[in-house]
Amino acid sequence: MAHAADIDHHDADHGADEKPPFFQRWFFSTNHKDIGTLYILFAIMAGLVGGALSGLIRWELAEPGIQIFAANSSVSLLGLIEQSKHGYNAVVTAHALIMIFFMVMPAMIGGFGNWFVPIMIGAPDMAFPRMNNVSFWLLVAAWVLLLTSMFVDGGPGKGFGGGWTIYPPLSTTGHTGPSMDLAILSLHLAGASSILGAINFITTIFNMRAPGMTLHRMPLFAWSVLITAFLLLLSLPVLAGAITMLLTDRNFGTHFFDPAAGGDPVMFQHLFWFFGHPEVYILILPGFGIISHIVSTFSKKPIFGYLAMAYAMVAIGFVGFIVWAHHMYTVGMSINLRAYFVAATMVIAVPTGVKIFSWIATMWGGSISFKTPMLWAIGFIFLFTVGGVTGVVLSNAGIDYSLHDTYYVVAHFHYVLSLGAVFAIFAGFFYWFEKMWGVKYNEFLGCLQFWIMFVGVNLVFFPQHFLGLQGMPRRYVDYPDAFTLWNHVSSVGYVITAVGVLVFLVILLEAAIRRRKAEANPWGEGATTLEWTLSSPPPFHQFSDPPVIKADSH
Amino acid sequence: MKAQIQGMRRKLTSVAAVAATTMALMGVFAGEALAKSGELLGQPTPGAIDLQMSASPLKYQATEFHNLILMPIITAITLLVLGLLIWIVIRYNAKANPVPAKFSHNTTVEIIWTIGPVLILMVIAIFSFRLLFAYNDMPKPYLTVKATGYQWYWGYEYPDQKISEITSVPLKKEEAVAKGVPYLLAADKPMVVPVNQVIRVQVTAADVIHAFALPAFGLKTDAIPGRLNETWFKADKIGVYYGQCSELCGVDHSNMPIEIHVVSQADFDAWVKTKAPAAPAATAAAPAAVPAPAAGAPAATTPAAAPASAPAAAPAAPAA
Repeated sequence: MAHAADIDHHDADHGADEKPPFFQRWFFSTNHKDIGTLYILFAIMAGLVGGALSGLIRWELAEPGIQIFAANSSVSLLGLIEQSKHGYNAVVTAHALIMIFFMVMPAMIGGFGNWFVPIMIGAPDMAFPRMNNVSFWLLVAAWVLLLTSMFVDGGPGKGFGGGWTIYPPLSTTGHTGPSMDLAILSLHLAGASSILGAINFITTIFNMRAPGMTLHRMPLFAWSVLITAFLLLLSLPVLAGAITMLLTDRNFGTHFFDPAAGGDPVMFQHLFWFFGHPEVYILILPGFGIISHIVSTFSKKPIFGYLAMAYAMVAIGFVGFIVWAHHMYTVGMSINLRAYFVAATMVIAVPTGVKIFSWIATMWGGSISFKTPMLWAIGFIFLFTVGGVTGVVLSNAGIDYSLHDTYYVVAHFHYVLSLGAVFAIFAGFFYWFEKMWGVKYNEFLGCLQFWIMFVGVNLVFFPQHFLGLQGMPRRYVDYPDAFTLWNHVSSVGYVITAVGVLVFLVILLEAAIRRRKAEANPWGEGATTLEWTLSSPPPFHQFSDPPVIKADSH
Repeated sequence: MKAQIQGMRRKLTSVAAVAATTMALMGVFAGEALAKSGELLGQPTPGAIDLQMSASPLKYQATEFHNLILMPIITAITLLVLGLLIWIVIRYNAKANPVPAKFSHNTTVEIIWTIGPVLILMVIAIFSFRLLFAYNDMPKPYLTVKATGYQWYWGYEYPDQKISEITSVPLKKEEAVAKGVPYLLAADKPMVVPVNQVIRVQVTAADVIHAFALPAFGLKTDAIPGRLNETWFKADKIGVYYGQCSELCGVDHSNMPIEIHVVSQADFDAWVKTKAPAAPAATAAAPAAVPAPAAGAPAATTPAAAPASAPAAAPAAPAA
């Protein structure tokens, strides 16, 4: 990575810190940092909603039988969710959609991406600031549609309960109410929002880098967002096409996915996963970038194998497009197709391994301080490894016949996403806390939250491997008695995790009340990227005169 | 500053110890549960932490692959990463190593950690493909059962025996308790098959997508409207086997069990007689198709080409 030289922004940006009035600033914002802040606040809000939904799931599954989603249960008094088995399915569906489209993506790409990609490449703002604002408000509209969808008739009851994979015919003839149509439109808007964002990032990164900031000197987070943007741009239109066909199947009498009239439900699955698999890399790649920065900063060492790290992400992004049908080993594909997808899927483990080992090599020989972001980063590396190796297990079609659609899969993708992506988000959040908010967080509370959540989420998800191996299918509101023990342990883990989330909210409050003044660079010599050359928070407009980047030792 | 780091380090190690103890306790807990009840056949065992007990050649092979190849490899990799991280925490914290090294390249180790995983994956792939092709290479079936998924029950049809569809409805909780069978696993009428015979299951659905799954046989095949998927098993122990619908199919997805009774050949023949009006052609052909007890090496058998003596075995090319 490159070091900035000759930087003297306080003079250059003199007078650049005049902010527009409140309404104009936050509702018509064209400032990448303000829009990033909006995205992060939105993601925190959506994360709390999605987390509350997972609380309902774990509460229901704490014991066999139907308790929470039964009529007259304690939760039914709230009247918010339908008290039926369908209500459970709707909650599972909403949990997934919210966490993917409204929590992880807005936090990583909209939040950290908007905040730090322009700064890291030495640009004054995004290439299309007004389009950036459109992206954010489209997401808000998508959110409103999704919430509305939860409260209108789905067919079997309130809301859509067909899973985030929205497979027809369950999402066509199986859910006749308007709820599914609203969900489709919500995905359309969220997709449009992301496509606009992707165009913005690609244009910004290709055209607005500061003098001397070549692609091969660009910080890895900017690399990760660039690759993510390409994945979004190439995969989301496929989803848009698929859900448009779903919409016309539902409302206008077409038969794209209706076998009775020559359509094919499996066709939808191919289209969905052609989007869906790159989507999971969209969720994790920016996290890879964040972790690289943090590991390097707190080890006070340059990133090990910078180019290999960048091109490993390119490889993961590319291969991510050609492995989609490993989600579909059981649909009845030909043997050669299945064999191909087994082999292609395994290949992804190689660049991922390069990244894990390179992070370890970055720390090797370092002088490491274990501040909150570093704890999250180390936690990420270990837990992502656990999730990664179970992914290798699942890549084998022969084993997948036993584990497909069981809790093993649930454990696997929560290890890479809930314990991977979310840990990366927390790592980034605390890494850039002072930079973004201009105040310090409480280091003790930060560590406390990490350890509580680390224990909690492992207790939630590790036992789910056992349930999956024993054959417990996912998306079950009730289960045979034999699965009681590990489900109960998992639910206890949720309670611990929820305490961790409370501590997180306390950290926000404490920081807001105490308002300890932030430093420009709290992390010292290890923090070498351009954002640490600016004040905390940075001036409203930075780099009016672009910084000049010179090559460093590597 | 130093004291703070030391404190943090102490905190780190102590909590790591707590986590390790928790994991160990969980293991003991599970072991105890296992020892008490013994592993159950054909259904999940309370508190168990491994694959369900197998009762068919494919599942034996899958279990061996999982337990002897995959688990050791992934455990070793995870422990390697964990070990390296612990070493880094001990050796390269700011107190133990105040001056950081400055290296950022080492071509040799980079080649090692690229080639190493490739070799490991190639080893995995050999066994993986062997298993995958074993699933695909169905020996000549003795019997075909057509399983159809409905919201929310299964229907089983025996075209060779001219047994029209038997609807297999999940038991209500009271019924299951009264009969002493596991609720959410037991159905009123099971699929009945003979032991040690290759059973072909053709799977489809009438409304939405379901999935026909039976953990003890390592089976999972989606039931998709408009498609006829195919899978097979050869149960080698007489007993009652339970599976559950494994593709989200709506409101009662969690209560759509699959129950298979594996019985002796004589019991099966008797059962067929009770179900079907005499179908001489099929029953005459059936014994002829009984193969000598092949010593469970399904990968070696070649199902194609052999002219079928049982009329129903005609389409030998597996669709799934």
